[in-house]
Order: sequence, then structure tokens, then C-alpha cells
Amino acid sequence: MDIFLQQVINGLTLGSVYAVVALGYTMVYGIIQLINFAHGEVVMIGAMVAFSVITALAGAGLPPLALVLLGVGCAVPVCMLVGYAMERLAYRPLRRAPRLAPLITAIGVSIILQHLAMLVWTRNVIAFPQIIQTEIYTLAGATVTSVQLAIVALCVTMMAGLAWLVYRTRLGTAMRATAQNPQVAGLMGVDINRVIAATFVIGAALAAVAGVMVGTYYGIAQYTMGSILGLKAFAAAVLGGIGNIPGAMVGGVLLGIVEALGAGYIGDLTDLCQYGWLAGLLAEHCAEGGHFILFGSNYQDVFAFVVLILVLVFRPSGLLGERVGDRA
Amino acid sequence: MTHSKLALTWIAAVVTAALTACGEQKPAPKAEAPKAPPAPSALEIKIGHVAPLTGGIAHLGKDNENGARLAIEQANEAKLMIDGQAAKFVLIAEDDQADPKVGTTVAQKLVDSKVVGVVGHLNSGTSIPASPLYHQAGIPVISGSATNPKLTEQGFKTQFRVVARDDQQGPAIASFLAAEKKPKLVAVIDDATAYGEGIANEVEKTLKAAKIKVLPREKGTDKTTDWKAVLTKLKGRKPDAVFYGGMDATGGPLVKQGRELGIKAVFSFGDGACTDEMTKLAGPAAEGLLCSQAGIPPQAASKAFLAAYKKRFNVDPILYAPFTYDATNLLIEAMKKANSADPAKYLAGLATNEFAGATGKIAFDAKGDRKDAEITIFTMKGGKIEPIAVVKGGATLSYADFLKAMGG
Repeated sequence: MDIFLQQVINGLTLGSVYAVVALGYTMVYGIIQLINFAHGEVVMIGAMVAFSVITALAGAGLPPLALVLLGVGCAVPVCMLVGYAMERLAYRPLRRAPRLAPLITAIGVSIILQHLAMLVWTRNVIAFPQIIQTEIYTLAGATVTSVQLAIVALCVTMMAGLAWLVYRTRLGTAMRATAQNPQVAGLMGVDINRVIAATFVIGAALAAVAGVMVGTYYGIAQYTMGSILGLKAFAAAVLGGIGNIPGAMVGGVLLGIVEALGAGYIGDLTDLCQYGWLAGLLAEHCAEGGHFILFGSNYQDVFAFVVLILVLVFRPSGLLGERVGDRA
Repeated sequence: MTHSKLALTWIAAVVTAALTACGEQKPAPKAEAPKAPPAPSALEIKIGHVAPLTGGIAHLGKDNENGARLAIEQANEAKLMIDGQAAKFVLIAEDDQADPKVGTTVAQKLVDSKVVGVVGHLNSGTSIPASPLYHQAGIPVISGSATNPKLTEQGFKTQFRVVARDDQQGPAIASFLAAEKKPKLVAVIDDATAYGEGIANEVEKTLKAAKIKVLPREKGTDKTTDWKAVLTKLKGRKPDAVFYGGMDATGGPLVKQGRELGIKAVFSFGDGACTDEMTKLAGPAAEGLLCSQAGIPPQAASKAFLAAYKKRFNVDPILYAPFTYDATNLLIEAMKKANSADPAKYLAGLATNEFAGATGKIAFDAKGDRKDAEITIFTMKGGKIEPIAVVKGGATLSYADFLKAMGG
């Protein structure tokens, strides 16, 4: 049971990061029906900028927490700038183009950002400075680190903040209006360009924080780290119903838990030696307590995409998506 | 309008300039060649080197390349004469991104550019698929770091290696682990690459032969950073030791996350994760890990090599540079002895020569493996890996004794 609990805790940590990244996908999709495949790279840039700042100031004798905050404080504006530039240069000129054009552009932007990062931060795996002493707490046999607690707490705070922004402020109202019908919103005096730019910038800020969290959690960063994370967050957004903000939150957390439990238990479930008639067939492998494992935990990354396919086949609008039609 | 016209003129000007430049350069050597018949004409000898220069282990790839480059530069300084001509060695360094597909593409590229010998590839996963291409072209290949047994088991007369094989390295670290830490239950993990799986299989075999229980194999990939699911599962089984067959970029997070989850087992690794990088990647969690390197630690290589390397590149060799240095020198030595840079002529000598290199005496067995290759066992102490023992021909020597035996 403690093992199960531990897997759920791992999944929850991972899931809250997915949720924050998925928000970026879903917000942009909700407003301009564009899947911004470059969003994962923004996460990577956030991690890299924070890494540079923290390493540069590590010798200055600041308390570790202040260092991390400074790192985040620099990563967020840089990523916001990247998000704004991306929208202004790559997507706005294509807003009236067929939908495939901006999608391809998004992939192009992703490749450009990745290689720029490679030039700046080298191709090597960068060891994130381990400045925060990781405290380890034990809870009913499972362990929770202070970093994990901080990640979950921060993600919940950010999601709450975003919900407040979208549902309680003028900007949020303008965003929702633009999402429903950009032409009419424009006629009502909403500056659509500003609202769309703001959406990108907010998503990028969330991504920057997510990047720093991933970096501190795993202790490493690399210029390629954004692509797989981005794809999984995209799967999370689709799972929750792309375009739907609460959906992205639910989808992210759910996907994290599915992944952790899947990777944790698939090996045991596909050990063919425990199934009587198969064990007979595989006698040479199963003899003397041997094992014949069909899928090991290296299939961890597959779960996100299996979920993506299942959702697209059986419920294309996602868990919380209302409007069917052309979603995802 | 004027702008675009101006731009066009510029482009035209640049293109013409470039074309004339190319045109001028080409005939130049032709014109010079007949003018100087008395001086021996230069014989250009191309030697290829392949290692990943991008990706997670780019630092190791560069280290390997530096070793080969040093040997080439020293050979050029020595002004060797081969077949009556002044030999000019050229290193063609390629990047295979540690990717088997890219590895074969790059191998074909080297074959097409008529190299006479190849040093590399760094990884077993790229060396094995590339080896038939070299074999068909009759080009000798010496790897300084590929340790998977399959490489030399394919029966290719052109394939050699100057490091120990996984089936020597795996048993060495496993028997050291069994003798020193006396574990009752060991978890074995690999990264699903040819290298990781190969060494993990050997470790498992040796442990089982020593009557130690081994948990069902867990797997990651060569890009895995999240090991929590695997480690959590292992935590429930309470192993006394963990062995991981994989590289440092994935091994670092593995040991860090293992300690975070409260796993107290001894972590042990093969050569891929036997670097000082482990401290950076895992922090204090790396302390006390055990690992093995095929061959001898770079700091135990010959003093002359270490000094020359440091002088040329301004850094110390990380891992296999002494071996790629020796591999390159073996090729050059064989060409010198056969007085020919034709692979068909010098290959026979390459297989039988005895050579005193920076890593000790080198001779090949019938398969192309190095005879009596050493394996060194390290532990992480104070953020640096420290050699603690050397396993040679089945016997374990403490590192201090080994240095004495080397004539230190």
C-alpha cells in the first residue's frame, strides 16, 4: 500500500507540472484554435535561464531560496518576451491563413527555439545547481520531498491565480469573449490583438515556472527537455478537453498519475509467468521463479500517447470539453 | 524597388566572386605538382573518427576525438615516410549522435571519402550496425570504448577494440560487488541500449552464479530522467544493491531519486556512468557509489601521453582518450610497418603486431579483442571517482598494488 501511495505522490507531482504546461496549450487553443507546439520549448528556456542566473549568482552568498526566486524572476520575463515575440512574428501574420499553416509554423518555431538554446547552453546535459537542501518527509511509509511539496503547492496557487484572472478580471472577460467569437468581441471594443498576445504571455509565464520546477525536481536540464514534456502536456490538454481551462488542470494531474501507476505496475501485470497457461508455453523462461516480462517500465512515455489516442477515438472532446465538432 | 535591385546586384556580385574563387583554387595544385618532382610527393592518409559530438554524452565524444587528434598531430610532426612518400595524416571527425541510424550514415560517408582506417565509434549501439559497412569496404576499425561483446563476435577481420568487453567488465564489477558488499538481493536496471542491456546481462549472470538473488529486470531508456516509478517499485522489494547499465546522464538522476525515495542500497554502475559528472548530476547522493571502467583510469595512462594531452587541449582526459590515442597509433604503426596505407596490405600486421601504448601493452586475440584487458573498480569519494581496485585476468588487485605492478 505504501508503494501505491508513493506512486500516487510521484504521479501527483509530475501531473501538476503537466497541468501547468497544459494550461498554456489550452489557453492558446481556446482563443485562436492553434496548437502551439513551441510551448514545450518555452518551458525549456525557462529552465535554462533560471539555471544561468542561479549559477552566475551562486557565489554571491545569497540564501538559496532568494537565489531560486531570482532565477524564477528572470526566467518569467524572458519567457514572456519569447511568448510575445512568437505570437507577434510567427503566428499573427498567419492568423487568416489556413489552419495548417500556423501549425507547421509552430513546429518550425519549436525547432528554432531548440537550436538557439543549443547554441547558448551547449548540447550537454546541464546539472541544475543543487542549492536547496532537499528535506525528506515520511508519510505512511511513502516519502515526500520538500521540492515535491513546493511544486504541488506552487502549481495549485498558479492554477487558482489563473482561474481568478480568467473569470474575475476585465482581461479574463475579454479573453473569454475573444474565445467565443473574435469578430463580435472586436466589434464590442475588445482589442483582440492585445488579448491574444496577453494569452501567449501568460501561458509563457506559467511555462517558465514549470521549467524551473522540472529543473529543480530532476536536477538536470537539456535543450531537448521541452519536446517530450510539451507533447505530454498536449496530451493532458486533449485529455481534459482542449480549449477548456479546468480540463487542462484535471487532465494534467490525471495523466501524471496514470503515467506513474502505469510505469510502476505494467511490468508486474505483463509478467507472463504468472498466468498459468502462458507459463507452460514459456517454461524455459519461467523455470525456477524466472520472469518473462512483456512490457517493462521503459514504456513509461507511451502511456501519455496511449491516453491521447484513446481520448481521440472515444471522446474527442475530452473529459470536460463540451463542444464537439472540430476540437483537437 | 531599388532595394530589391540593389540586393540582386549584391547577390550576383557575391556569387560571381565565389565562383571565380572556386575556379581559381582548383587548378592551382595541378599547376604546382609537376614543378617540384625531386621532393617526395605528399601522401594524404585519411583516418576517420566517429563519436557523438552532440547529445547527452558529447563531452565523452569530444574526449575520444581529442585522443585520436593528438595521435594524428604527433604522427604528422614526426614526418613519417610511407612507401617513399611523406605521409600527411588527416583526421576526419564525424558525429554519430550516439544514434545507430546516424552511425551507419556516417560510416558510409567515411567509406565514400576513402578513409584507410577508422577509430570509433564510441558507443556499442552505433559500432555494431556500422561494422558491416567497414567490413565490406575492407577498412580496419578500432574502437577505443565500445564494450559490447557482439561487436567482435560477428567474425569481421577488420574489427578491433582496445578496451575490455562487457562480458569481462560485467563479471568484474559484479564479483567485486558480491565480495565486498555481500548483497542478498540485487536489482538490475538497464537503459535498453545495446551497451546497457549487454553489461546488465553479464552482471546478472555473474550474480546468479554467485547464488545471489536478482529481481526481474527493470528498464528505462537512454533519455529517461524520471526514474521514480521504477525506483518506487524497487523500494517495495528492498534490494541490498542496485546495478544500472547505462550512461551518466540517466544514471545521475537515478541515484539522486533513489536516495530521495529512501532507498539505502549500494548503487553500482558500468563505465558509462563512471565519471565525475555523477556528482554534478546527483549531488551528495552519488557519494559511495561503485562503478567500473573497462581499461585503466585515464590518470594511470603513460605520463608522456598525459602531458601531451594537457598541453594540446588544456584539459585532462575524461575517460577513453588514452584508448582512442592508442587505437590511432596502432593504425599508424601498422601502416609504417607494412610501408603502405592500403588497408589490404597493412591489415594482417595490425592483427598480429605487439604495441606498447599509453594504456600498456596491446596485442589482439583472434577475434580482435585486446588480450588481458584490465578493468578498474571505482568508488565516489568527496565528489570524485577514485580507483580502488583493478581486475585483470580474473584476479583482483588493489589500485595501489596495480600501480606498483605497472612500474610506478
